[in-house]
Amino acid sequence: MDKKLVVSSSPHIRSIESVQSVMTDVLIALFPVALMAVLLFGYQALLTMVISVATAMLVEAAWLRKRDIFGDGSAAVTGLLFAMILPPAPPWWLVVVGAAASIIIGKQVFGGIGYNIFNPALVGRAVIVMSWGGHVAGRVWSPPQPFAFGADVSAVTTATPLADQGEALAVSLTNLFIGNVAGCLGETSALALLLGGAWLYYKGHIDWRIPGGYIGTVFLMGALFGGGFYNGHLMTGLFHVLAGGVMLGALYMATDMVTSPVTPKGKLIFGIGCGLITMMIRLYGSLPEGVTYAILLMNAITPIIDNYTVPRQFGGVKKNA
Amino acid sequence: MGSTVFKGGVHPDYNKEITATMAVSPMKPPSKVVIPLQQHIGAPCEPLEGIEVGSEVKRGQKIADSTGFVSAPIHSSVSGKILAIGPYNHPLGSVLPAITIEPDGEDRWDESIKPGGDMENLSAADIRNIVREAGIVGMGGATFPAHVKLTPPAEKPIDVVVINGAECEPYLTADHRVMLEQPEEIVFGLKAIMKVLNADKAVIGIEDNKADAIRVLEKAIEGEENISIAHLHTKYPQGAEKMLIQVTTGRVVPAGGLPMDVGVVNFNVGTAIAINDAIREGKPLTERVVTVTGSGINRPANLLVRVGTLVSEVIEACGGMKESTMKLIVGGPMMGKAQVNDDIPVIKGTSGILALTDQDMYLAESSPCIRCAKCLDGCPMFLSPTGIAQFAEFEKYGDAEKLHAMDCFECGCCSYVCPSKIPLTQWIRIAKAEITKAKKK
Repeated sequence: MDKKLVVSSSPHIRSIESVQSVMTDVLIALFPVALMAVLLFGYQALLTMVISVATAMLVEAAWLRKRDIFGDGSAAVTGLLFAMILPPAPPWWLVVVGAAASIIIGKQVFGGIGYNIFNPALVGRAVIVMSWGGHVAGRVWSPPQPFAFGADVSAVTTATPLADQGEALAVSLTNLFIGNVAGCLGETSALALLLGGAWLYYKGHIDWRIPGGYIGTVFLMGALFGGGFYNGHLMTGLFHVLAGGVMLGALYMATDMVTSPVTPKGKLIFGIGCGLITMMIRLYGSLPEGVTYAILLMNAITPIIDNYTVPRQFGGVKKNA
Repeated sequence: MGSTVFKGGVHPDYNKEITATMAVSPMKPPSKVVIPLQQHIGAPCEPLEGIEVGSEVKRGQKIADSTGFVSAPIHSSVSGKILAIGPYNHPLGSVLPAITIEPDGEDRWDESIKPGGDMENLSAADIRNIVREAGIVGMGGATFPAHVKLTPPAEKPIDVVVINGAECEPYLTADHRVMLEQPEEIVFGLKAIMKVLNADKAVIGIEDNKADAIRVLEKAIEGEENISIAHLHTKYPQGAEKMLIQVTTGRVVPAGGLPMDVGVVNFNVGTAIAINDAIREGKPLTERVVTVTGSGINRPANLLVRVGTLVSEVIEACGGMKESTMKLIVGGPMMGKAQVNDDIPVIKGTSGILALTDQDMYLAESSPCIRCAKCLDGCPMFLSPTGIAQFAEFEKYGDAEKLHAMDCFECGCCSYVCPSKIPLTQWIRIAKAEITKAKKK
């Protein structure tokens, strides 16, 4: 026989899923969130997202010296997620600097996709919060103007419900759930976030343990230690789940594959840890919100969590610790 | 009964419909046979006295054997003249000693071939001896000598026999066809196994994508109180022994242990038929059903093929191989072995011959691990394939062992699901080989 055959190690068939298809699924999951952001915050939200995604993709393509700017899709995901954690109408240069920092400091300096330790979008946010805090803290938040696409939302500003108890008592749980409150672009609508999260769960890209552990812990701590200021203890727990970035963080940031544990037990520990730190910052820290630092801190100990939670193999004996 | 679904595993495209409805047909006698002296796990055989180049042999005549206990004798699958004894390509990837025989076209059976007698008159030792002398090995592909499994140590009594009709490998339909066509033989072989082991229960596990086989076998066991059929959820690797035993008996084989540690042995449906043939007709194992399929095969089929037939002749009998064929595989697409060429013989464990084109395969460059954990979710042994693979890549084999690399049975699920297309199974194989090497030192 003269024909040359491919000889390689089994298995000889592979699933059609690729890094690109996974990233595309994440983009699809973010679609309802992005749509809600535009409905609530108008054209400025759309502009912020477009600038952020374009910057992230271009910076990554330039760094990797590749012409294919979409590539594996991970830069687009980082860019979109970074936009989601910005105020509705930030200055354009802040978006550019932050998105570029996400890609370069958050990802490429570690060796690119798969090697980064911290969630790239959150690194970008940490950079701008530390450098230009005035644009993302205090009474800079624009209240949403539903269905007013062309309005300048930045004309009026307020504080977020988490930063100001008076503001918190003024919003109903329904509005918190739908997202009709001041806050970051993508964090306000629990409804849209849950829709996208359900899609990611259906596609098998996220495990219940991280969001479950995270949201569960936030609820419990909010109910137990939140002071019950929001119509009683249980409602206060629910308020802490729906207000601020917990839903966005738990469903899209903490579940980032690269920077979270791979073991089932590790994922649960990671989720609970994120919840604990978030609530400690919110309740006892000097910042109104703690999602960014909670996830970044847990990212740092992800390898340790993985090391200590190696699953028992099939038929393995229980270790007497 | 435990859970009827095992944890982990994957759902590949099965592509069994290509050959599932094709009845087994005997392939025309080959122009020569090349019979390797090692077709089983264990000690290789040596040619018997008088078996040398030029000597005449008959069909079913024993031509090679070993004094080792874990071994199985080899028989001629044709009558004819020995052309050569020497090294030949082997489907498991090396060059091993083999006996080449040119058939005389008369297919004369050896005089020793005669029925073993009624099962009632046969003792356990008689049956065990018949199985050994017939050279029967596990026909699902593992090729472990059957008589060894029928000889468990006294301290490990067997109470349940599990028959593997799962056939979870995509493309393959050989077991499916024999279940449809020879149910009575399977049940007879199973009863012989139960008698030898003094086992009082048996379960035949069949995946639910073979509903017709389940119906046929349920009919065949009517009135047999000790035998039941387990309808198995279709998922790869359902036919792996540990997963099969868990879902059919609820018992968990300990890590590093054997089925007999939990009172179970398991046999493939094809092995049960081979045992039936040896007892009732005195026939040794010299032919088997092979599924020849894949989009590179012109006329896919389930063929009854003589052991030693060259793969090139089998493919010729199926209308030849298409020019677009990229991979030639002996076995299934998940655990089978890719071949360098088609000049290799069919052996006792050859369940399938696949010619795959780019229609069947999705080839892509591998990229860095994104830690998605899909390999951990897919691993039926609950290992961390990506962790073991990374240690293997950096030659940290001790750390790979701590992640239980040796428990991997190379089902291929991790490589299959990996979105980064990392050859995880291959890295784990390397780790296993290095760990074993370090232990031998």
